[in-house]
Amino acid sequence: MVHQHFKLVQCFTVLDNIILGVEETKHGFLEKDEARKKVVALSEKYGLKVDPDALIQDITVGMQQRTEILKMLYRDNDILIFDEPTAVLTPQEIEELMQIMKNLAKEGKSILFISHKLNEIMEVADRVTVLRRGKYIGTVNVADTNENELSRMMVGRDVQLVVDKTPAQPKDIVLDVENMTVASKLHNNNAVKHVSFNVRQGEIVCIAGIDGNGQTELIYGITGLEPVKEGKIIIDGKDVTNLSIRERSAEMSHIPEDRQKHGLILEYPLDYNMVLERYWQPEFTSKGGFLKKDAIRKYSDELIEKYDVRSSQGSDTIARSMSGGNQQKAIVAREMSKEHKLLVAVQPTRGLDVGAIEFIHHQIIASRDAGDAVLLVSLELEEVMNLSDRILVMYEGEIVGELDPKKITTEELGLYMAGAKRNTSSKEAE
Amino acid sequence: MNQTKKSFLERPGVQAVGAALICVVLGLLIGFIVLSLINPAGAGEAIMTILLNFMTRATTAAQLKALGNTLAKTAPLLMCALSVCFCYKVGLFNIGAPGQYEAGACAALFAALALNLPWYVCILFAAVAGALLGAVSGILKAYRNVNEVISGIMLNWITLYICNMVLSSEAVKDSTSPYSKDLSQANPSSIIPSAGLGNLFSGNKAVTIAIPLAIIAAIVVWVILNKTKFGYELKATGYNKEGARYAGMKEKRNIIVTLIIGGALAGLGAAFLYLTNYTKWETTATSVPGMGFNGIAATFLGGLNPIGTIFASFFIQSITDGGSLIDRMIYPSQISDLISGIIIYLCGFTLFFKYIMTKNKAKRAEKKIKTEKTKEGGNA
Repeated sequence: MVHQHFKLVQCFTVLDNIILGVEETKHGFLEKDEARKKVVALSEKYGLKVDPDALIQDITVGMQQRTEILKMLYRDNDILIFDEPTAVLTPQEIEELMQIMKNLAKEGKSILFISHKLNEIMEVADRVTVLRRGKYIGTVNVADTNENELSRMMVGRDVQLVVDKTPAQPKDIVLDVENMTVASKLHNNNAVKHVSFNVRQGEIVCIAGIDGNGQTELIYGITGLEPVKEGKIIIDGKDVTNLSIRERSAEMSHIPEDRQKHGLILEYPLDYNMVLERYWQPEFTSKGGFLKKDAIRKYSDELIEKYDVRSSQGSDTIARSMSGGNQQKAIVAREMSKEHKLLVAVQPTRGLDVGAIEFIHHQIIASRDAGDAVLLVSLELEEVMNLSDRILVMYEGEIVGELDPKKITTEELGLYMAGAKRNTSSKEAE
Repeated sequence: MNQTKKSFLERPGVQAVGAALICVVLGLLIGFIVLSLINPAGAGEAIMTILLNFMTRATTAAQLKALGNTLAKTAPLLMCALSVCFCYKVGLFNIGAPGQYEAGACAALFAALALNLPWYVCILFAAVAGALLGAVSGILKAYRNVNEVISGIMLNWITLYICNMVLSSEAVKDSTSPYSKDLSQANPSSIIPSAGLGNLFSGNKAVTIAIPLAIIAAIVVWVILNKTKFGYELKATGYNKEGARYAGMKEKRNIIVTLIIGGALAGLGAAFLYLTNYTKWETTATSVPGMGFNGIAATFLGGLNPIGTIFASFFIQSITDGGSLIDRMIYPSQISDLISGIIIYLCGFTLFFKYIMTKNKAKRAEKKIKTEKTKEGGNA
C-alpha cells in the first residue's frame, strides 16, 4: 500500500527503506547485495527511476513515492493500493505516475486507486466503485461513464463541476505584504524569503505551489500564528506586523489549513465553536465575565440554518462527532459571518466530497463579490484554475510567478510549481 | 428523524457516579481479598471498619466527634482535589499539588507563629505561597515547554525541605519536639474560627468554617469553569492549545494563570488543615504529604467535576480514617494505609470505567442498527 503520507525513514537510504522489514541477513549481518540487484532490476522493468543510495530526506517527493511503489514490488505483491497518491505531486509527476500505474496493470498487477479527483479516475481506472459516507453506492466501467455521472454518485445529486463566476473587479488594496520573511520550524533556512504581494478588494488571489514550499508559513506570518522575521504586513492601511492574532482578527477571517488543529475545539459543542473568536465581545459575554449562553445559542442556530451545517444534535453537537465536511462548513460559516475585510482561506476543500467543495467554492466567490479581498492557498490545480483571479506561484519560499488563470495552461503552471520557470525577479539575489 | 433522547444510562452524570461506584466496590473487594490472605478471620470486620469509620464509635457523641475529625481533614483534601481538577480541565496534570500544599502549610504556619498574624492573613499567605509555586511550574511550561509533571514532582521535594528548614526556626518549632508549636498557646488568633460549628460535632474544635469555605470554593470553581468567559478560554486552551491560539487567546498566559490558581487552591488547603490546630507540621518529615496525591484520586473519583470532588474527597478521607481503626492485634499497622491505598488507586480508574461504559453502549447501539437494517432488508 502506498499511503497518502509516506511511511519512510527519513535518514535511511532508498534501498534501506525498500528492504526494511524483509531484510536478508547472514549470521546477523545485513546482506544487501542481492536486494540491490533486485531493486535495480525492478526499477528498470517498471521505469521507476530511483537512486538506491540516496537518503530519503534528500530526494523529491515524486522519487519518495517511487520508493514506496518499489517497496511493494520488492515484496512481490500483486495487489497494490494507492491512497490519494497525487496530492503531493506536480502535474508532470502525476502524468508520470499515471504511466507507471498503467504499466503495472499491464504486467498483471491489480491496483486499487483511492482518489476523489475525477479526472485522474477517468484517465487511469478501468472500473470505479463509489463510496459515500461509508456506504457502497455502485460500481461502473469508466468507459461507460462520465465525470458528471460519477460526481452525482459521489454526492447524491447533480453537481456543478465548473464554478460560475463573473470577472473580478479589483478595487483598493486590502492586504499588502512587503518583503516578508518567516523562519522555518523544520530547518535553519527561512521558509518564506522576502515575499511581497498585495490583494485587492473584490479579487481572489491564489497562492499555488507544491505542498511544503512555504505556503503554510506565509499564512502563519500573515495571520499572526508565527512571528515574521522581517518585512511588513499592512491590512487596510494599518500596519499589523506586530499586532496580536486577536487584534488582526478585527480585519481578517481565516479558514485554517488544519481544521482540527486550529479551526475547532473538537471537545466543545458546535455553539461554543461558532463564537470561537467572538466569545469575548459584549454580544456574548456580560460585563461580569459570564457567558451569555442564550445569545451564543441563538447566534449558532442562525449560522447553522444559514449555512446548512448538518449535525446530529444541532448546536449541542460535539464538534468531534461531526463529519469533516460539516466541520469545515461550520468554520466557513463562522469566518464568513465574522466582520472582516480580508478572507484568508487555506486549502478550504481538502479532503471534502464534491458537494461540500461546490458549497465552499460558492461561498468564497460570494465573499469576493461582497467586496472582500480573498487570499486562497490551494494545492489542487483545478481549484486554483477555477477560483482565482490572479495566481501567485510559490517555490522554495519565494514567489516565482504571477499568472493570469485565463492565459495559462495547467502544464505551464506545473513548470512554475516545479521551479523550472519563473517570471518574477528573485528578491534573494538583491 | 426525531432526535432520540438520551437514556438514563447515557447521561454523563449517571455515568460518572456509576463509574465511581464500580471503582469503590472493586477497591473494597480487592482490599477484602488482601485482608483475607493475611488473616481471614478478621477480614470482614476490618473492611466494615474502613467503610463505616466514625459509625463504629459507641455513642452518638463520639460518632459526631469522629465525623468532625474526618470533615476537618476533608476540607484540605477537597482543596487539593479542586487544584488538580481545575488544572486538569485546562489540560494540565498538577501533580505539583502536594508541593503547593507544603508551601501553603509553610507560609501559613510561619505567618501564624513567627509573624503572629491573625488567621485570615495567614490564609492569604498560604494561598500566595501555593500560587507562587504554581507559577514556577506554569512559567516553565509556557515558555520552556517543561512538562508540568516533571517540574511539579521535583518542586514537591524541593519545597518539602525548604519547608522543614523554614519551620525549624526557633519562632515556629517546639523546642522539645520536631513539631511546630501549638497554635492555641502560641497564637490563638491564627486558628480559623469555628463559628459554633464545632458544637454541632460534640465540641470538636477541629471543625471550623474551613469546611464550608472549601465547599464554597468547589462551587466557585464549578461556576468559573462552566459559566464564565474565563472558563471558556481556559478549557479551550486545555482541549486544544493551537486552536486557542488561532482564536486569539493568550495560551501561554492561560497556562500560567491556571497553575497559579491551582497552586493557590492547594496552598489554601494546607491552611485549612494546619490553622485548625488539628495537626502540626513535623519538621523532620522526609516524605511529601499524601494529601496532594490523594487529591488526584479524589479528582478522578469525583468524575473531574468540582461538585463531584466534594463527595469523593469525603469518601477518601473517610476510608483513610476508617483504615486507622482496624484492629492492630490482627493486622500489622501498615494495613490501614495499604487498604485505603488500594481503594484510592482504583478510584483513579474511574475514567477508565466510564470509557468502557460508553464503548459498550456504542457497540450495542451499532448492533441494534445492524439488526434493524437486516430486518428492513428482509422486508424490502
